[in-house]
Amino acid sequence: MSETRLAVNKTYKLYIGGAFPRSESGRVYAVTDTKDRPLANAPRGTRKDARDAVVAARKAYPGWSGATAFNRGQVLYRVAEMLEGRREQFADEVSAAEGVGRNKALASVDAAVDRWVWYAGWTDKLAQVAGGANPVAGPYANWTTPEATGVVAVLAPRKSSLLGLTSVLAPVVATGNTAVVLASEQAPLPALAFAEVLAVSDVPGGVVNLLSGPLAEVAPWLAAHQDVNAIDLAGASHTAGVASVRDLEIAAADNLKRVLRPEAKEPDWTADPGVGRMLAFTEARTVWHPTGN
Amino acid sequence: MSNTISTPGKAFEYAPAPESRSAVDIASSYGLFIDGKFAEAADGATLKTVNPATEEVLAEVAVGGEADVDRAVKAARKAFRTWSALPGSERAKYLFRIARLIQEHGRELAVLETLDNGKPIRESRDVDIPLVAAHFFHYAGWADKLAHAGFGPDPKPLGVAGQVIPWNFPMLMLAWKIAPALAAGNTVVLKPAETTPLTALRFAEICVEAGLPAGVVNIVTGAGETGRSVVAHPDVDKVAFTGSTAVGKEILRTTAGTGKKLTLELGGKAANIVYDDAALDSAVEGIVNGIFFNQGQVCCAGSRLLVQESVADEVLHMLTRRLGTLRLGDPLDKNTDVGAINSAAQLDRITRLVASGDDEGAERWTAPCEIPAKGFWFPPTVFTGVTQAHRIAREEIFGPVLSVLTFRTPAEAVEKANNTPYGLSAGVWTEKGAKALWTAQRLRAGVVWTNTFNRFDPASPFGGFKESGFGREGGRHGLEAYLNV
Repeated sequence: MSETRLAVNKTYKLYIGGAFPRSESGRVYAVTDTKDRPLANAPRGTRKDARDAVVAARKAYPGWSGATAFNRGQVLYRVAEMLEGRREQFADEVSAAEGVGRNKALASVDAAVDRWVWYAGWTDKLAQVAGGANPVAGPYANWTTPEATGVVAVLAPRKSSLLGLTSVLAPVVATGNTAVVLASEQAPLPALAFAEVLAVSDVPGGVVNLLSGPLAEVAPWLAAHQDVNAIDLAGASHTAGVASVRDLEIAAADNLKRVLRPEAKEPDWTADPGVGRMLAFTEARTVWHPTGN
Repeated sequence: MSNTISTPGKAFEYAPAPESRSAVDIASSYGLFIDGKFAEAADGATLKTVNPATEEVLAEVAVGGEADVDRAVKAARKAFRTWSALPGSERAKYLFRIARLIQEHGRELAVLETLDNGKPIRESRDVDIPLVAAHFFHYAGWADKLAHAGFGPDPKPLGVAGQVIPWNFPMLMLAWKIAPALAAGNTVVLKPAETTPLTALRFAEICVEAGLPAGVVNIVTGAGETGRSVVAHPDVDKVAFTGSTAVGKEILRTTAGTGKKLTLELGGKAANIVYDDAALDSAVEGIVNGIFFNQGQVCCAGSRLLVQESVADEVLHMLTRRLGTLRLGDPLDKNTDVGAINSAAQLDRITRLVASGDDEGAERWTAPCEIPAKGFWFPPTVFTGVTQAHRIAREEIFGPVLSVLTFRTPAEAVEKANNTPYGLSAGVWTEKGAKALWTAQRLRAGVVWTNTFNRFDPASPFGGFKESGFGREGGRHGLEAYLNV
């Protein structure tokens, strides 16, 4: 790069309903790298931004959950394609955000791409693995299928800014849920940049909404929101307080949200993810129909 | 629509056909079943369980306190070590034995259930108890096949399960809780409902008869406080609850942050959708079965009838005509269709919600039947002119009360059906297969009955969407709730 040219810095924004608004707070917070050097400002998302995101996610839900599984698979595969084309950019983002070397960051981006591919392939298979025909004792056809739970709030993992984010987001949307994601408070920039990938990936607006902001301010609103059906507490705090697992579970009880509790320590996101995260945000529906002539 | 409702004369007269009470032998008092033995509560507390059809006291039952619950959990913890280490094929054989003993004692259990609950003997004999045996038989077969259930090569039990069950299907709910728990290698502390403890206590005796190791099943009778102690006990790894949504939320708050695994099967306000192209005779039978089965005291009852406007008058006419033939009375009579309401408290709740229907301007129709002088009874009731804002269209009544709403298009039917915080079950009536499945796909409910209603089977997963709870009971899905997966 030329010594004399001044770089054009990016203004990071929220991603809500397929658009890139600033926070309604009109405020930002300084994001630093792991050595406390400034990286950029991130929007300081608020309760109102969270509400807007839930509205967008609810609006997108019928279309996305009603799309064919094959179609959702194609869209998720498109996310992988778009991320693959930006792996250099994301290696820089992840390296800066997580304080890891460039090779390690690149490996993490590649793993994220591969994970989108993995979940793209799951969309039209989960119903066969998790559902089935039930041999009831009577003249009835009886079968069970996993159905999307609805609008899912996701507190993204604190450390793994892209692979961790992908590992919690992809299983939510693969099955037809729509998502409101609160990015890692410490390392939100790769997530906010990832919204730009989503925006060009045929993912309908509102299917994924991305917020940045203080966990303690936004998470309790998402946990208590009456139009959120489930919450993934991956990034919740293990110490007492409003963003603790316990307090968020209590807030989530009010409308019987499905709650996916975090492990005691942030897991190794490179491990085989299994189907657990997909099943956590699906509901088994059983249909009975008489047989006869 | 009131002018279309007719009340026919009695179609048939039946002579009484009572089932004999001599099939059961009820003791005057029962203790708690802990570690394979019956014992009084530590503080000696008791409650009385009555026959809701006669208000006669059937027995005195111990009320478990915190100390008793703790003793039961300790016994279950101790038994867990050996029970979970048994080969699955051995656990299976115990469960098969229990299934067989339930079949052998089937008549006795049916009579006992009817005496304690008030449900017609026809239902306890033909539905509840056969399903109880079938449930144990089904899960017995899973005990040595866990590695093939799709939860990984070596799924593990959770430990001690604390289980709290309701009074509407006392023994069936016990089976839904205990059979999968034991098959997966857990041990249990089960709290039956305050008003219907007798079949659970008889089940404890069956466990002894089956030679089940002490502590694997513990039955702690009592009321709400006893249930709270079970749920809150720090050494309980798993909580399974069937009951009201309000209590379900309380359980969620109690267990928040503890890591206890939960299954909640809560309230419902199911829509039963009747399209104009339904086979109306079948649909009317389905509506009746949907809301008047077990006196409507069913979480998945079809309590909201959504009928297409073009056939509404006709369906209502047929429905009230059919309801006029239902026989309400002695639950032990084999011809009885509608039994007693389980308790004075439940009767009071039904009465209050029905009064709200009157107050809010819905039109009430009551089946012309004689109400016995003693006991707790409520006649089959139908409200027309109901809007979605009425309490009787929104709140779970848990009684023989049907709210009728109409719709014009399939999209409107789906929207109205889903317009509830609940999502347990739903019904669809149409002769068009494509329309039935289109509707089923859009209903936010865990069980959808098309051209049938209130069918249950141990191989068929049951459980709710939204505020009707989470987790499934029945089949392979029901195993997951008791495995560390």
